[in-house]
Amino acid sequence: MDVVTQLQRQFVEYTTSLYREGYLDDQFTQLQKLQDECSPDFVAEVVSLYFEDSEKLLNNLETALRQDIVDYKQVDAHVHQFKGSSSSIGAQRVKNVCVVFRNYCDAQNLEGCMLCLQQAKTEFIVVRNKLEALFNLEQQITQAGGSIPMMA
Amino acid sequence: MVHEMEEDQVDDMEVEVLTSMWPEDIDEAGKKFNVEKVGLHDHMLDDLTFVEEPSVVDFKRLVELTSYSEKGSSQLSNLLQNWEYKQENVVRLLREELETLSKQQREVELKKLEIFEQHRFEEDTYGGDKRPVSVLEEGYEIFQDVPRKRNDVIVEDKRVEVDAEYDTVIYWKQQALHLGKLLEASVQREQILLEKLEESIENLEKQASPVEELSHILKRADNFLHFVLQNAPVVIGHQDKDLRYRFIYNHFPSLGEEDIIGKTDVEIFKGGGVKESQDFKREVLERGLPAKREITFETELFGAKTFLIYVEPVFSKDGEKLGVNYMGMEITDQVKKREKMAKLREEIAVQKAKETELNKTIHITEETMRAKQMLATMSHEIRSPLSGVVSMAEILSTTKLDKDQKQLLSVMLSSGDLVLQLINDILDLSKVESGVMKLEATKFRPREVIKHVLQTAAASLKKMLILEGHVSDDVPVEVIGDVLRIRQILTNLISNAIKFTHQGKVEINLYVVADPHPEGQQEQKMENDDTSVSQNGVMLENESHSHETVVWIRCDVKDTGIGIPETALPNLFKKYMQAGADTQRKYGGTGLGLAICKQLVELMGGHLTVSSIEHCGSTFTFTLPYKVSHACDSSDDTDEFGDMADNESTDDDITCGFFQFQPHTLGSLFNSNDRIGPKEIITSMDDDFSSFDNSSEPENSSKCNSDIENTNCNKKENHDDLPVSSCSPSDNHSSKICEARKDSDRTSEHSSSNQQETVKSEKKPKILLVEDHVVNVMVAKRMMRQLNQDMDIVNNGAEAVRAVQKCKYDLILMDVCMPVMDGLEATRLIRSFEKTGNWDEATKAGVEPCDSPYDQNLEEPRRRIPIIAMTANAMSESAEECFENGMDSFITKPVTLQNLKQCLEQYVE
Repeated sequence: MDVVTQLQRQFVEYTTSLYREGYLDDQFTQLQKLQDECSPDFVAEVVSLYFEDSEKLLNNLETALRQDIVDYKQVDAHVHQFKGSSSSIGAQRVKNVCVVFRNYCDAQNLEGCMLCLQQAKTEFIVVRNKLEALFNLEQQITQAGGSIPMMA
Repeated sequence: MVHEMEEDQVDDMEVEVLTSMWPEDIDEAGKKFNVEKVGLHDHMLDDLTFVEEPSVVDFKRLVELTSYSEKGSSQLSNLLQNWEYKQENVVRLLREELETLSKQQREVELKKLEIFEQHRFEEDTYGGDKRPVSVLEEGYEIFQDVPRKRNDVIVEDKRVEVDAEYDTVIYWKQQALHLGKLLEASVQREQILLEKLEESIENLEKQASPVEELSHILKRADNFLHFVLQNAPVVIGHQDKDLRYRFIYNHFPSLGEEDIIGKTDVEIFKGGGVKESQDFKREVLERGLPAKREITFETELFGAKTFLIYVEPVFSKDGEKLGVNYMGMEITDQVKKREKMAKLREEIAVQKAKETELNKTIHITEETMRAKQMLATMSHEIRSPLSGVVSMAEILSTTKLDKDQKQLLSVMLSSGDLVLQLINDILDLSKVESGVMKLEATKFRPREVIKHVLQTAAASLKKMLILEGHVSDDVPVEVIGDVLRIRQILTNLISNAIKFTHQGKVEINLYVVADPHPEGQQEQKMENDDTSVSQNGVMLENESHSHETVVWIRCDVKDTGIGIPETALPNLFKKYMQAGADTQRKYGGTGLGLAICKQLVELMGGHLTVSSIEHCGSTFTFTLPYKVSHACDSSDDTDEFGDMADNESTDDDITCGFFQFQPHTLGSLFNSNDRIGPKEIITSMDDDFSSFDNSSEPENSSKCNSDIENTNCNKKENHDDLPVSSCSPSDNHSSKICEARKDSDRTSEHSSSNQQETVKSEKKPKILLVEDHVVNVMVAKRMMRQLNQDMDIVNNGAEAVRAVQKCKYDLILMDVCMPVMDGLEATRLIRSFEKTGNWDEATKAGVEPCDSPYDQNLEEPRRRIPIIAMTANAMSESAEECFENGMDSFITKPVTLQNLKQCLEQYVE
């Protein structure tokens, strides 16, 4: 078995595991489908945009929740955005945390919000690492002269 | 005599200890005689010794002696007296003894009697029930006054106490004195007894005579009976052995006594029950045993009445039957009540039975629901890993494989697809069955739906089949219904028809039919729909929806296929059922398609039927109610005709009633050019067609000013190098029934023809995306590119309003949640402009209007831009909110290519 096939297999397995463990959902597949010759790095572009945006949002959230008087409306707006972008790239677990997060916002439960923020951060970092690893793998395949297997 | 007496005394002494029968005083007396010392009366004793041998006394001499001597005579008399005393005493003692004895005997007898009586009482309690007790028994107490045998008379048995020595004079004197006293006491007792006797007699006399007493008692009893029976609904009578009345008591007589006495029941009354009662009495008389029976009379005399009758036979002393005693009580009311109760009980029982039955059903239903839920959940759970398997298989198919492997893989893929399809079907079905599936009410054009369904089917058609669609002219251009579900049904039926048809054609016929359930039955459904429809009304025309009517449209899907054997028809719509086992093997399929269709059709308030002739073909027919909004038609009617004059030759597929698709001649889809753009068509059509389409375009545009939404329904045979090219038979005709919205579009297009021209030449609709989030924007943009569309992007509602002011868009995709101004408000403002032609509302809301080409046409009605909400909350409240604010539809986030494509297909044509 040559390197490319091995890498390809690894890639498929890794991707599948990401879906199986719920880090990603169908929406990510959607993104992958949108990638073609015209925009070969589309997924990576979107995802890195997501990373940047999310870091900003998480910072904003942190600041907002550290205020003496927490503006839950604003927090909610941030979380809503975070949820929207996460669901757009298919970061399912982050999205799920956001759903809970918003409930705590509605209830104006600071403790719950802080907890969710922590969780959201963790999930975000995890999914970032996973996706970065995936892109690494992609890069390796491309460098080895193989094509990225299509995930239906 | 004395000697004898003494001997007796000795005897007595001997038996003294043994028996107490003998009065003690005698012994005592005897003792005294022995113990007493001879004192002063010794001489008397001497005298006595003188006559110690009385047996030898010569009475003659004795008389002589006494008569002759004074002393002797005095002595004699003394002696006699003494003897007499003694004799008397003995007699008295004996008598007393006798009396005691008899008393004891009496006592014993009494005791015996008592015992006997007690015994008898016991017997009585055993047999007491049978003993006839006189009604007058209570009168017995009267006789208790009668004196019983006297037990209280105590016999005086005082001892004769004599202090003096025995046989002395003093002794005797004392004895005599004592005895005299005793005698006196005895006499006194006798006196008392006598008095008592007299008293008793007097008492007896005082008491009334028994006859009087008895009659008194009887009178009392009579009074008592009267008192008790006075108001009782009771009839008492006695009938002789011929059952003739001899006596009758009836407090409420309906007949005089003379009418009854001496007659039988049958002679007195006529009607139901009379004979029965007489027979019953006779039976009692014959059997000799009392009995009760309930008899319902139905006589002229007293109407319908129920009596409880007790009849007992009467016997003479020697057991001969004399007749019957008869007692009847009217119990009509009770019987009625009883019957009512019985009825009630019966009803209760029935109710209970029903209840248990219902509970059972509920239980079963719940179980079924749970099972279905379970199935749904399981299906869902299965779907994810399965799609993984299928995906992997697909990836595998892209790698280098040899022929065999490819074949195996293709089987694997098709099997996987089938399972996925099955699971999707199950999910659909369980959604419908569990009532989770909600219907949406959206406006759609049935002709387009038919066309699209046929088009899609034609695209994947691998057989030599002709697909045809006929839409009758009376079918409204636009109706309201759940277009997605209707499409699903049509697609299902069509693919079914194609599957089972090997040659010939498959056609869809659409026409209006009369309401199969005039009023009533559909009422509720209508009401349910009303809410959503009203939203549509607002969304479309801001007119009241009172103009809306319901039209029933029947759709036949007809094929010339293998047909369905009659025996298989009943099971056809059942789940997992196919016409036969062979069919399953030969044609595959899940057997759920038709079941889903039927469920969906019924959910929408219609019905799905099938008729088929084996080897000739089948026809599936479903009839559904749709709402039609006339509001829009009427408001634009004038425009329409105004336009008509200019555009007489205009044809729209909107009113086109005929479509045909053929294999290998896909280019002949003369009336189905895809408005999204040529590229889109390429994806589904032959290259042939797209080139044709392009070539025909200029002509089209010149002819009917068609904008991107216009469909060419012109005769294109001329252009067509393809064999079949039929045309809408209603070309001219249909132009008259031009659709309102269409027309309004056209009018606005007229006014902005320059711009339209450019749009058209690009052949791309102008789309505006209103979305604040970069990632979402990027994804959506990329997706649009995939769909070969460009779009403008703005980041909030206010910007969206400005964009609309500047430029004309064919579609707006609007995020709902945005900073500055949300999508709902922006939509409201845009709709307000469309309605009024000015941006006053927007200005109020803080969005300054800028110059726009539309300002010139303030008077013209503006074209309504489809606005699609993009919402993260897929819940229906959110959907309602969207509709209320004038949005046409919504897609849930994250947006998928599929959603977007569907949306474009539906709204940008």
